[in-house]
Amino acid sequence: MLSRVAGVAVWRGTFGAAEAERLLWRAGFGPRPGEAQKLGRLGLEGAVHQLTNPGREHLVGPRPHDRNGRPLAPLDAWGHDHVWWLDRMVRTSRPLVERMTLIWHDWFATSNDGVGSQRLMLDQNHLFRKHSLGSFHELLLDVTRDPAMLLWLNGSDNSKDSPNENYAREMMELFTLGADRGYTEHDVREQARALTGFRNNWDQNLGPVKFRYDPSYHDPGRKTIFRHRGRFNWKDSCRLCVTHPDHPSFFVLKLWSYFVPEAPDHGTQKALERLYKSSKYAVRPVVAAILRHPALHRGPRLVKPPVVYNAGLLRRIRRGIDTTDWTWLDSMAGQQLFYPPNVGGWDDTRWLDTATWRGRWWIAQYVLDRHALDPGKAHQPYDAQKLLDGACTFWHDPPLGRATRHALTTFAHRALHDAKGVAWKREQYPVMVQNALRQLIAVSPELQAA
Amino acid sequence: MTRCNHCDGLSRSRLLHRALAEAGHGLPAIEPGMPLPAGTGLTRRRFLTRSLGAAVAVYGGSRLGLRALEEGIAAAASGPVAPILVSIFLEGGADGLSVLSPQGDPLYKQLRPQLALAGGTPLAEDDRLYWHPALTGLQQLYSEQKVTVLPAVGYTHADQSHFTSRHYWEVGATDTSLRTGWLGRYLDRAGRKDNPLQGLSLEDTLAPALATARVPVASISGPDQYDFYSKRVWGEVEQRMLEAIGLLGHQPADAGLRTAGNVAAQVDRLRRQLIPFQSSNGFESPVTYPQSDDPFPQRLAGLAAMLGAGLPLHCVALTAPGEYDTHAGEPAALTQGLQLTADSLLAFQRDLEARGLADRVLVHVWSEFGRRAAENGDSGTDHGAAGVGFLVGTRVAGTMVGEFPGLQKGLDADGNVSATSDFRSVYAALLEQWFGVDAAAVIPNARSFPRPKLVA
Repeated sequence: MLSRVAGVAVWRGTFGAAEAERLLWRAGFGPRPGEAQKLGRLGLEGAVHQLTNPGREHLVGPRPHDRNGRPLAPLDAWGHDHVWWLDRMVRTSRPLVERMTLIWHDWFATSNDGVGSQRLMLDQNHLFRKHSLGSFHELLLDVTRDPAMLLWLNGSDNSKDSPNENYAREMMELFTLGADRGYTEHDVREQARALTGFRNNWDQNLGPVKFRYDPSYHDPGRKTIFRHRGRFNWKDSCRLCVTHPDHPSFFVLKLWSYFVPEAPDHGTQKALERLYKSSKYAVRPVVAAILRHPALHRGPRLVKPPVVYNAGLLRRIRRGIDTTDWTWLDSMAGQQLFYPPNVGGWDDTRWLDTATWRGRWWIAQYVLDRHALDPGKAHQPYDAQKLLDGACTFWHDPPLGRATRHALTTFAHRALHDAKGVAWKREQYPVMVQNALRQLIAVSPELQAA
Repeated sequence: MTRCNHCDGLSRSRLLHRALAEAGHGLPAIEPGMPLPAGTGLTRRRFLTRSLGAAVAVYGGSRLGLRALEEGIAAAASGPVAPILVSIFLEGGADGLSVLSPQGDPLYKQLRPQLALAGGTPLAEDDRLYWHPALTGLQQLYSEQKVTVLPAVGYTHADQSHFTSRHYWEVGATDTSLRTGWLGRYLDRAGRKDNPLQGLSLEDTLAPALATARVPVASISGPDQYDFYSKRVWGEVEQRMLEAIGLLGHQPADAGLRTAGNVAAQVDRLRRQLIPFQSSNGFESPVTYPQSDDPFPQRLAGLAAMLGAGLPLHCVALTAPGEYDTHAGEPAALTQGLQLTADSLLAFQRDLEARGLADRVLVHVWSEFGRRAAENGDSGTDHGAAGVGFLVGTRVAGTMVGEFPGLQKGLDADGNVSATSDFRSVYAALLEQWFGVDAAAVIPNARSFPRPKLVA
């Protein structure tokens, strides 16, 4: 039996701890010990309601600090911006809000490489969080006048005497309509004119300051955008994009792709577009519908973005941020927050390759670092099965499949076999095998994709 | 980088015998006439002793350590006879009209009142065009007839989106739905099932041009940076653990698990191939590369060292240093990027020449589009159409491909330079003249593109 809400199919299969765990990965950063069981007891409706209406944020767990116990300096110190946000992902009681903030960062991808101010990047981050599940139209308006974005895509270089097309083009291509969908090169030029008027000053010591809208830099003339004619300004520019008939399909497909690896079927796509339009471009109901959709619950697994993987491992063993090493480690895995590779954001379909996989290995190694048992002192059973059980218990029983269990058992058997007949090896190898099993579980396919 | 000595006199078989004999195991079969690891970057002796240092010293000559050692040596010594193509991407849309500035075109100063370059060296084949002053390295190679210039390469109805246009170039077709790269499709036909190094991205993620459907490819940031470690796991257990990475590759049908599993299997294979480079010394170069915070020159140095060691590389991709999406502040940004790119390419070419590898390597430099002929008023330029490309190597034909169309008649309706050569022509010609395969199997609709003479 298939049931629907607002014309969108709803998962009616089992919803227990395993399904809740998957949901927590898609809509957050994975469960802390016990959280999947707890969420599973709410049922799908209750779980989605809790995720999409989380109330006030509580930060759970130890406060973040660097390796020397000093508080983070996210506005100033290199890399502290990254771990500051990672900490929020680890400690938040509103995982979906934080995950949506990450999605908007990818969607309106702005890099501090072009902005040069961690303060402005964090201001933008607060903006994404504020609008996380709210109105996309308001989000677009705020992004358009956001100082980091004005610097990144030359919005405050764009004036009536020397128009700069950079923001105009990306606003349509990447933020609202999609490449070559419903606009022309002429529209790009006209949008650029409509978007003129933003300025900022440069201070020798402070860098970019005094961001403002100055009508004397705005081109007040008539423009033709999507065949509408008028004396359009930047607000019109945003409105014309959001109300463009090709916007809802772009929005729905892009948003869906963050949660489900396979494209929605035609009926689902259309129903979500209707839902989006009828709710006046609100994000929350569309996300809620995606989280309830059968494709999320029974379809293939989704490869976790590197920061989600990292935050998830820390949550799993209740470890807080106690080092800034995660910045370069996550960068090795292909995702340094506030530094997306370009305005198109990260390529969410290609997180894993031989280089980024190695980055994940090192993330896992740093997560495990202080838990490594000393082969000279610790004792572990000379028994492959018991060693594997112990390593699973360490990670709070992640759901490993048969293939992975077989690989891990094979490894343990072989390594223990090497110790045969040598007394010191029989003592020490099981301890090393335990350390290695924890490492291998952390990089196993089941922990890379959920 | 320090200079190192040329090959010493030890024969490869003696070294192999000694190396393996030291480890206390049987000798591998050495066939007479088996190719030697070429070149000088890692001399043969250094290369082999490195292998030992990395594998045997740590693992005490265990059966496992030795197997990894043998694989490393075998992979390195199998001596690729295949030609090597290195693709270098100028990301952001490099301004062709500054890379080769048409100072001899009467409209140039009018369109570029602030940005027009003046002086420098004209191009021998077209005295309207002048080399950007930062490109002395390329200019030098050009004077040695090791550069082919494409002054206006692109395609008709150029898409001005970075992403769409780059996608076209990466997949080798103006088709947004293609999911494999043009080099990836070539490797799917000509490559091997067990050699990730055949398609190598020297950067933090895989270059889309190398995306394959069937055979493995790899990305690494450098050959000496592919180590795996786990605290308090060493010796035989560590070796078993690293082997288990490959065991994780066997996964059931779920697409997400399979992706993760396949990458694990590739990691396993690549790690074994690169064992010889995993020592604290890394590698040495016979020439000096530019000093920079940007990893580009070091990556090229590593690439030459890998080729020198005989690793089975075939198609390689790197992103050039620099910011080429110059909507504002173009002069400084462009100079910086071009300078480091050209100086590094010159060093790479000299490195290959010193190692006796130059005839096996061809470098292709490209960007997703050029920029608009008229500047934008912010000391910058907006997205355009055709741009500049280069082929570098001792075996390039050295004759300009397509002409510079001029600013009077050569601009399209949007004021962008029109293409006089097509990127798919370049790919088809490279596939046929460099790789010796039929381009029709790789480039959609290949027959409709003329083949310029690219390889001498």
